[in-house]
Amino acid sequence: MAATETTKIEFPVSGMHCAACQARVQRALEKAPGVDRATVNLMTGSATVTFDPSATSTEALLETVRGTGYGAEMPDPSRSAVEEQAARDAAREAEFRDLRRKAVVSLIAGIIAMLISMPVMARHAGVSPDPFMTWVMRHVSPALETAFPWIYAASPSLLLGVLLVFTLGTMLWAGRHFYVGAWNSFRHHSADMNTLIAVGTGAAFVYSLVATFAPGIFTSHGLAPDVYYEAVIIIIALILVGNALEARAKHQTASALRSLAGLQPSSARVIRNEQELDIPVGDVAHDDIVVVRPGERIPVDGVVVSGRSAVDESMLTGEAMPVEKTGGDAVIGGTVNRTGSFQLRATTLGRDSVLARIVTLMREAQGSRAPIQRLADRISAVFVPVVISIAIATFVTWFIATGEGGVVRAFAAAVAVLIIACPCAMGLAVPTAVMVATGRGAERGVLIKGGEALERAGDVDTVVLDKTGTITEGRPAVTDIIAADGMAEGELLRLAASLERASEHPLADAIVATAKARGITLDEVSNFESVTGKGVKGTVGAHDVLIGTETLLREHEVALSALSPQLLALSATGRTVVLIATDGQPAGLLAIADPIKQTSRAALAELRKLGLDLVLLTGDNEQTGHAIAKEVGISRVVTNVLPDGKVAEVKRLQAEGHVVAMAGDGINDAPALAQADIGVAMGTGTDIAMDAGDVTLMRGDLTGVADAIRLSRRTMRTMKQNLFWAFIYNVVGIPIAAGVLYPAFGILLSPVIASAAMAMSSVSVVSNSLRLRRA
Amino acid sequence: MSTIDFAVLLAGVAAIAWINWFFFIAPSRRGVEATSTMGMQEALIVVRGGYEPATIRVKSGTPVRLVFDRQETNSCSEEIVFPDFNIRRYLPAFERTTVDLPAPAPGEHPFMCGMSMLHGRLIAE
Repeated sequence: MAATETTKIEFPVSGMHCAACQARVQRALEKAPGVDRATVNLMTGSATVTFDPSATSTEALLETVRGTGYGAEMPDPSRSAVEEQAARDAAREAEFRDLRRKAVVSLIAGIIAMLISMPVMARHAGVSPDPFMTWVMRHVSPALETAFPWIYAASPSLLLGVLLVFTLGTMLWAGRHFYVGAWNSFRHHSADMNTLIAVGTGAAFVYSLVATFAPGIFTSHGLAPDVYYEAVIIIIALILVGNALEARAKHQTASALRSLAGLQPSSARVIRNEQELDIPVGDVAHDDIVVVRPGERIPVDGVVVSGRSAVDESMLTGEAMPVEKTGGDAVIGGTVNRTGSFQLRATTLGRDSVLARIVTLMREAQGSRAPIQRLADRISAVFVPVVISIAIATFVTWFIATGEGGVVRAFAAAVAVLIIACPCAMGLAVPTAVMVATGRGAERGVLIKGGEALERAGDVDTVVLDKTGTITEGRPAVTDIIAADGMAEGELLRLAASLERASEHPLADAIVATAKARGITLDEVSNFESVTGKGVKGTVGAHDVLIGTETLLREHEVALSALSPQLLALSATGRTVVLIATDGQPAGLLAIADPIKQTSRAALAELRKLGLDLVLLTGDNEQTGHAIAKEVGISRVVTNVLPDGKVAEVKRLQAEGHVVAMAGDGINDAPALAQADIGVAMGTGTDIAMDAGDVTLMRGDLTGVADAIRLSRRTMRTMKQNLFWAFIYNVVGIPIAAGVLYPAFGILLSPVIASAAMAMSSVSVVSNSLRLRRA
Repeated sequence: MSTIDFAVLLAGVAAIAWINWFFFIAPSRRGVEATSTMGMQEALIVVRGGYEPATIRVKSGTPVRLVFDRQETNSCSEEIVFPDFNIRRYLPAFERTTVDLPAPAPGEHPFMCGMSMLHGRLIAE
């Protein structure tokens, strides 16, 4: 007898804080009946248990843990991707609401502070080192004084006190996360966006504090003790507005993934003990019979066992027309049943289901990195310390150039440098484009593996196409039936199909399928014999029937002269012709071909329009290969290619300097797909070889190849635009903030304007990426 | 150039030098060794404005499990990226997220936040 089979599970344990907790849970599990081995990990907060399923159960083990006072729940693997997205969305939504509330309140506080600070400044001759406030003083202050004379009559120390309270409140409540974040980064010798904001606003605040409580330091040097309180509040408010808009836009970049994840219905109607029961979809078991009514979403992947219907698969394949489904057809969970009711037998479930695999693939793709990002990464890594250094250099330069009297101006310029610099736009430039593009692809049934695949697909100049199953249906069918004189077409097909039914050759399947489709009843066969490589013979009813190649029939001395013209003509078009003889006399012939998919011609024309070179690879002989190529308009054909020859052909094209995409089915062509710069795996229904290619087409036609390449090219353009703008924004903005335009044009940038520019820079990058949703 | 100008210049140069030393040179190069359990090397990394510890020493050729404990809501640290392994994961705030890496090749494997502002290293020996 075989040793007892054990099962290993891992589940999260919550509430453990120390080694004692861990030991307690572990002891409890080890002592539980049926447990072979248990390890509890404090760090990951999880338990791994090997147990004998005949002696205990998962639920009993969870109960054991709960009995020790800690929490335990079995995770649902199928939902992890969806749940992570939901958690992310919830966090993003909470972040957005929080930012919006803080932005609105601090904007209001900023406006009030600006009004209050005008009478304060009016006492210093109404000139501020901040050009924005100087403008406000000139244009708003006189009107304000007329409207609210009592503000101007108030004591300046009272006004300063109110300003200080407003500023402190805004910094501690609305801007708290900037300072906490900056401090946490500082402790780790790293710096981020928060560092710049915290140092910039912090410096302005400290400066204002000194001016408030020790104005003598300024006046003794002949300077006005100006305060920057209103600037601090408005800078924080504008950055918060930008962050809120950015959070909203980032949320939209994941919209495609979110709608895919949302396709999964939560419950299924199964038949158990001859009763229909509504159960959670997670409880559906393999081989359960599931009832699907019109208008419902199909809950799980399965095979139709009874009933028929049209199913809308557009959300997964991009195919607009509903697909007819009847007994034996595979259906995909998440697609919508349109017309009829049917029952299906559940096949793949949970994380193995087509939908879960697509969601997982998408999530990985959206998390992947594009090589183009490396430059941005290198800049981001040194950005903040370099900007702080520039700010210090700005201060020193201004100070030395303008003397003591210029200290205020030097200070304003340094703060503007800190505030305008924005590393976020650079960090968002590439990932947001990858997110939106992969999501857009998925909506059209084109699954792109990630950033690197997107980048390479944009560079493709040559597309290699496998013939069978890619350009053609991959299912040979009878195209022509030519009966000899005295023989009816139906009778010819009946005799041929009856005999071929016993054969296992793919061409035989085509003949039998054609006969069945015409409703022909097939006869029994006796004396069946297969002649390898040539054909078959046997007795059907009272007739001796012979089917096969010209050679086989000549060997049996069948006179073929009457059929020769048709035989030659059909062979020339690339069809495979089988000859049939009954009782030693020629009876007719059947031409068989693998029909070209309806969409292939248009798709290939589209690829040519994109400026791509097309190459057809086929295992057929020269005549058949060229005939097909001519029909679809491809000039470059490689015939008689064996499976490993495809790899060699791709390599040869690459050696010529081409960037090659190879389209084929993901199973037989896997090595060639892997060799190509971009492997495009053609999926059909539930049979999707998603690991084989860099791009997987959910729809089994070639239009997706053009979609993928067009989308990739647009995405690359978007990424380059994003990087360019993010980069140029800083390259231009920082020097202007530092005051390089001042000597020639007298232009200085207010820190307030700098904060508005900074807030808009990341929003504009994300918005540009979102344009790909319409690609 | 007055004395005060000279003093400001000196202070500025010193400040720039200190900033570059602090952010680029001072970060600790030592690192922490991962612990081994059941054929897996593990390490706990606290995420709070950076990675603590920021350098993890592991053995090459054995899979690595890193547990990130993100103790903040600061959106800068919401993602963790391992470019060498093509992994990018979302780290929920105030939760532990486990990231399993395949056996690393000998050498240095950097990791960073989604925007490459916060950095850490995995050193496989």
